Amino acid sequence: MNKQAFLAALQEQLKGLSQNDMEKSLEYYSEIIDDQIEDGIPEEEAVSAMGAPEEIARQILMDLPLPKVVRVKTKPSRPLRVWEIVLLVLGSPVWVPLMLTAVILFAVCYMVIWVMIFALYAIDFSFAMGALAGFIQGGISLFTLGGTQAAFYFGTGLVSIGVAILLFFAFNILAVKLVHLSQQFILWTKSCFLRKGDNK
Amino acid sequence: MDIQLKRGLLEVCVLAAIKNEDSYGYQIIKDMKPYVEISESTLYPILRRLESAELLTVYSIEHSGRLRKYYHITQAGLERISAFQQEWKEILKIYQFITRGEIDDE
Repeated sequence: MNKQAFLAALQEQLKGLSQNDMEKSLEYYSEIIDDQIEDGIPEEEAVSAMGAPEEIARQILMDLPLPKVVRVKTKPSRPLRVWEIVLLVLGSPVWVPLMLTAVILFAVCYMVIWVMIFALYAIDFSFAMGALAGFIQGGISLFTLGGTQAAFYFGTGLVSIGVAILLFFAFNILAVKLVHLSQQFILWTKSCFLRKGDNK
Repeated sequence: MDIQLKRGLLEVCVLAAIKNEDSYGYQIIKDMKPYVEISESTLYPILRRLESAELLTVYSIEHSGRLRKYYHITQAGLERISAFQQEWKEILKIYQFITRGEIDDE
């Protein structure tokens, strides 16, 4: 494969990318190949050292935000023919609900991760509030109900604040893990769209 | 090696490659070769990432009838390198502790 053919193949793979992103990628590879040729490496060899255009495109696309990846991979590579549009419309009772389900499923999975983080801190907050209530009630009881009850309320307040502090550290660790999980989930979704050999 | 770790390492390597003077894609790969293999297709996303993080800037210079892109490190890029050095000093200390017994055995 010569440089021209390589760049054409890469352009084909990157179809759907914005004009600017596409040009930048092609300029980069064109420059590197030229530099290698200038360095005395034969053109064919320089091009084959780059690897397969499909693999290069996959690496470039993996770095894009998820909505862009979806747009690139779902954009038809040529205008649809009339019979294809007819089929799409006729088939819509089947594929629209299916696609909707997939999108909602993705959104729910992603949201569940973040709701879990929120729930963790809500639990911690409720313990802190419990502690506050214990201290206030303890203070009031000191004057109204007497020392024993007051000591009891102060005690529950202290236990609550202790639990809240301990859980806070545990939840911080968990939250970091969950954020990591959400990132992994996005990466996994991207790789589903960019599976090898998928030249749609 | 852990992918995430390697990715972070390569980013700093690329910054280090342009630390002393501005450089271009092919030169960066050649400079890194004796220390770490990096392919053209790996370098490209890294350069884009570093550019959007404003750790480096890009400008073009004409070279034998075509344009060549040069990469220039920013202040933030330099700070990233020193942060890396600081971090690895600590990791190295831990490494020495971990391998202490083994070295004694030899």
